[in-house]
Amino acid sequence: MSDSPVLQIVDLRKSFGALSASDNVNLEINAGEIHAVIGPNGAGKTTLVAQICGQLRPDAGTIHFNGQDITAVPQEKRPALGLVRSFQITSIFPDFTALENVMMAVQLHSGHSFHFFADAGKEPTLTGPALDFLRVVGLEDAAGNAAYALSHGQQRRLELAMALALQPKMLVLDEPMAGMGTEETNHVIALLSQLKESVTMMLVEHDMDAVFALADRISVLVYGQIIATGSPDEIRNNAKVREAYLGDESLADA
Amino acid sequence: MGSIRTSVLALAALVFALLVPQILSYYGEDYLIGSASRIAIYALAAMSLNLILGYGGMISFGHAAYFGVGAYVVGIASFHLFDGSTIFGFGGTDAALLSWTLAVIVSALVALVLGALSLRTSGVYFIMITLAFAQMLYFLFVSLEQYGGDDGVIMYNGRNTLPGLDLSDDTTFYYVCLAFLVAFTVLVALLIRSRFGKVLQACRQNEDRMRALGCKVEHYKLATFVLAGAAAGLAGALNGNHAEYVSPDYLHWTKSGDLMIMVILGGIGTLFGPIVGAAAFLLLEEFLPVLFDTANLTEYKEHWRIVFGPLLILVVLFARGGLLGTLATIGGRNER
Ligand SMILES: Nc1ncnc2c1ncn2[C@@H]1O[C@H](COP(=O)(O)OP(=O)(O)O)[C@@H](O)[C@H]1O
Ligand SMILES: [Mg+2]
Repeated sequence: MSDSPVLQIVDLRKSFGALSASDNVNLEINAGEIHAVIGPNGAGKTTLVAQICGQLRPDAGTIHFNGQDITAVPQEKRPALGLVRSFQITSIFPDFTALENVMMAVQLHSGHSFHFFADAGKEPTLTGPALDFLRVVGLEDAAGNAAYALSHGQQRRLELAMALALQPKMLVLDEPMAGMGTEETNHVIALLSQLKESVTMMLVEHDMDAVFALADRISVLVYGQIIATGSPDEIRNNAKVREAYLGDESLADA
Repeated sequence: MGSIRTSVLALAALVFALLVPQILSYYGEDYLIGSASRIAIYALAAMSLNLILGYGGMISFGHAAYFGVGAYVVGIASFHLFDGSTIFGFGGTDAALLSWTLAVIVSALVALVLGALSLRTSGVYFIMITLAFAQMLYFLFVSLEQYGGDDGVIMYNGRNTLPGLDLSDDTTFYYVCLAFLVAFTVLVALLIRSRFGKVLQACRQNEDRMRALGCKVEHYKLATFVLAGAAAGLAGALNGNHAEYVSPDYLHWTKSGDLMIMVILGGIGTLFGPIVGAAAFLLLEEFLPVLFDTANLTEYKEHWRIVFGPLLILVVLFARGGLLGTLATIGGRNER
């Protein structure tokens, strides 16, 4: 596992009608790295995430995870392999409390749920770890609050806590900081750089400060194609990238 | 839910239910005990539908299918015992333990097959396919000439027999129905707090998220379908006994609609809502026509639904959470 990539995407294609959302995508993500994927809106980043995690089936190409071909593995079987995503558009259980949201993730990670009689809300093996994960994202004070009533930033962090509760080997994060305030963003940046010790990450993110602070390597996706992959410095100085994507933004201070 | 108040109210309701035969005989209205049995039976069926509809968010429009299949198992078993003929080499029975167990097993199996097929669809298609399957079964039973076709099966031997209890006694039969309702209520109360119940409720809120978290959503939905089908089958078996008569009407789509109305009327996705809904529905059905009489509108009596319909719409529009939710709000507390 040491020198082969954790995630290997080969010649991936996905079209919506005439629109090519993944146009021959090749991407390798190595163990222990944070690999950022950046690109303008509509470039196909979320579509790529959806295929990696099995929500969408690619038209062509293969995806290998830890050496195993997972192209046809249904999405609900991927978390058990260690491959876990978060959603760009917050996806939580609105009627549950924050704690119950994370408890559900802990519960699903712990095995099947054909247990009919014991009160799940009183199982320390669920509440304990769930509280820990809420603490990790700084949400322990809101544990008892209904999820729908949380602020946007809190919901984003809850989303992250649920992904962490599955104890992933690799996290695929779709714009985890979208819509967060500066303070929350910094909190998440600190959190992700801590996690880096134990989890490989693919990070789709618009916040360039976050990307350049965290990423070991960056791939740039434009119109469904990866136009460049490299270290932050290489990407910053890549002429094609500047022209296609970063051109109108100043990267000098990033 | 789970508050002391709810427990006290539930206990009071249980004591009341236990005293219903005594109260009725005190007022000399003993014949109404049959209505009480019907309420308990339909509450059981509505509560089973609520598992799918309320907690699972699956809009099944064919729940009467399981109710009817359970009833027909009992009716057919009774028919063959009386008739001396056999079905699959089985000479029929009027033993409740065997007959009702068969009713539960067969309706659970039907729910397993129909559920496995229906759950491949979602949204409007799911509603339509559950409706279509139930109507298919309805026409199947209509076509069974041996069992009376349209007219159904009369249980000439009377109600099933249970060792130590005389089910032909209406009060005894009421207590048996009530016992099943209470047992199923306890089961559902435990279920909705369990890991299984949490999964079911999470699937209703956000199925995509459940899949992304690694949940095999269909397995849990199908299991719920089977459990609900089994309980509805038991309710059907009880209703067959209550009426000593089984007909295709048990499976008609309007029966599925009635069950849905009971759930919505009482309070969808609440533990006790279906009981309140079944009681309200059946009492209105029974006494609205009587009110027409009292108001000297006897000639319009058969159109009692003209009043019932708008009443229902009012509840749905203005009493979010059904009658139970409204009672709780009046009592100064919001459920959910
Ligand atoms: N389910 C879909 N059906 C049709 N078009 C889609 C669908 N999902 C995404 N698209 C289109 O594919 C392109 C890529 O979308 P997306 O992957 O969400 O981009 P990004 O996440 O980079 O902003 C967009 O033009 C979008 O409109
Ligand atoms: Mg996106």
